[in-house]
Amino acid sequence: MSIDPSYLEYAQRHYGMDHDRYDWSMLSERKPVAWPKGKTLALWVNVNLQFYPLNQQGKPFKVPGGMTMPYPDLRHFSLRDYGNRVGLYRVLGALDRFGLKNTLTVNSRLLERTPYLTALIKDRGDEVLAHGEHMDALHYGGQDVAEETGQINRSLNVLREATGQPVTGWLSPVRSESENTPDLLANHGIEYFCDWVNDDMPYRFRTSSRSLTAMPLPLEIEDRFVIINNLHSEASWAEQVLDSADFLETEASEQGGRILSLNIHPWLMGQPHRIKHLERVLENLSARSSVWSAGAGEICSAWSSHQD
Amino acid sequence: MKEDPGFYDYWPYENRPKITWPGGAKLAFWVAPNIEFYEIDPPPNPHRKPWPQAHPAVTGYSIRDYGNRVGHVRQMAVLDKYNIRGSISLSTALCDHHPEIIEMCKERQWEFFSHGIYNTRYTYGLSSEQEKAIIRDGMESIHKHTGQKCAGYLAPALSHSEETIDLFAEVGTELFGDDGGIYTCDLFHDDQPTPIHTRSGKRFVSVPYSLEMNDTIAYVVQKIEPRRYGQQLKDCFDRLYQEGQRSGTVMCIPTHNYQVSCPHRLKAFEEALEYITGHSDVWVTTGREIAEYYRDHCFDDAVADIAQRGAA
Repeated sequence: MSIDPSYLEYAQRHYGMDHDRYDWSMLSERKPVAWPKGKTLALWVNVNLQFYPLNQQGKPFKVPGGMTMPYPDLRHFSLRDYGNRVGLYRVLGALDRFGLKNTLTVNSRLLERTPYLTALIKDRGDEVLAHGEHMDALHYGGQDVAEETGQINRSLNVLREATGQPVTGWLSPVRSESENTPDLLANHGIEYFCDWVNDDMPYRFRTSSRSLTAMPLPLEIEDRFVIINNLHSEASWAEQVLDSADFLETEASEQGGRILSLNIHPWLMGQPHRIKHLERVLENLSARSSVWSAGAGEICSAWSSHQD
Repeated sequence: MKEDPGFYDYWPYENRPKITWPGGAKLAFWVAPNIEFYEIDPPPNPHRKPWPQAHPAVTGYSIRDYGNRVGHVRQMAVLDKYNIRGSISLSTALCDHHPEIIEMCKERQWEFFSHGIYNTRYTYGLSSEQEKAIIRDGMESIHKHTGQKCAGYLAPALSHSEETIDLFAEVGTELFGDDGGIYTCDLFHDDQPTPIHTRSGKRFVSVPYSLEMNDTIAYVVQKIEPRRYGQQLKDCFDRLYQEGQRSGTVMCIPTHNYQVSCPHRLKAFEEALEYITGHSDVWVTTGREIAEYYRDHCFDDAVADIAQRGAA
């Protein structure tokens, strides 16, 4: 028994990362960042508006949260749709009640199907962040470049036209990327993206043309990850978020501005039995003098202004 | 394939020769931060896939990178606060990739032990010579970058062959005599150190590491809440401390900077460390120190007792 000798060769064993996308850098060694008005903890509440098609193809995999039953999987289709019809209004209502800003991460297919939501977004003026076409239009390793380019093009064109916003932020459906995704995003006017979970602060990410800003949107504290993947209670999710806020507040007082990013799914947190836990979190955060409530793009710009 | 790996004999927990740790301590406590490097696009191994999806595995790779970029310094600050020296389970290629982390740990006189070269290069499918080469590379890397004679091994990604422990013990002897290759963290059969049979006959020890208290097992496999993990750590300590009155026990907390150092989890870990180190008669130590103390003071009594009980 033996394995190909190349298994014992290590071409990338050298200083820094084993790829060229970004530089190796420890958060604690970086220049401190100061947020506007002397605030120390930027709060980015990211609300997801998603469309999960009933005729899911699952290419190259079925997304978590997608259809799982034989066609037609009415239960999952309609329960996800619930978020856009009902849950969203509870979530936005809570944010408005506590005077907190939000960013909307939107699948373009949803706006094509739902003019009411387009009007709502325009009316509210929340920043829109692109989230691909829909939750079954994945970007994935080995994907044909023309196919992926088409997806990015269509998604951004629809969102830009519908909202009138430049739309410069991106979150891939379930954060899945091909090896070309960052390059294609840069070619299509994207300035920042949120798929990578390797930092609690923004950093520069190289592409074949210009650099993007990678914005921190942690997966481990996301509502879906904590409540559906880990099966923790809603109360525990709220406790974990507030523990996180306490920790980041303390770190910010020693090392400069930090970001608390909450990725919220209205089909989950907008349920009647869950909304009070989101409200508890938002109420607590809104009362903190350290908190700067801002959109993702604003936080990205404020961070960029501190970079050389 | 064997029915039993043959590393140790059955040896009941009751009525063993008494272990008393240095200073009369009842419990030896050590924290083993895994400081790992996962490759973004490693070569394939026919027996195990490194990532669930095709390259690039964005979330899997990047959360592990988070451990090094963000998490390490956070965990180190907490260990400093409670005067705990980490015993690092090291992906030894990290000496090349992130020497800043190695320097910080050296300054603190932390122990480095081998956890393979990368956590994406497995032991599966290797020939004896290939596995030996990987083990040797890891031990030599640690020596070159830290001056330490690697004493312990946790196989990369817990991937083993039947020979892993023997090869590690033998390479340790070749490189460093009795100072190197003296303990394993790969066996979970006991709450006290135990002698391990090696084909070279070397005095070799299993030091309790613990899967149950491992943050990745708690958070990824059991998927428990941070505060429940903190409570489990305290409960584990309470019982082992109580039993340590009869004969010294070992408690290990194996950690990963990308798990325990997330902002929503660090508080629970810190509270557990404060609780544990707030007790008297706790020997806060390292894996090597436990292995050496056991080898020099307890090993022979243990071997004799095992032989006698086996004969009875």
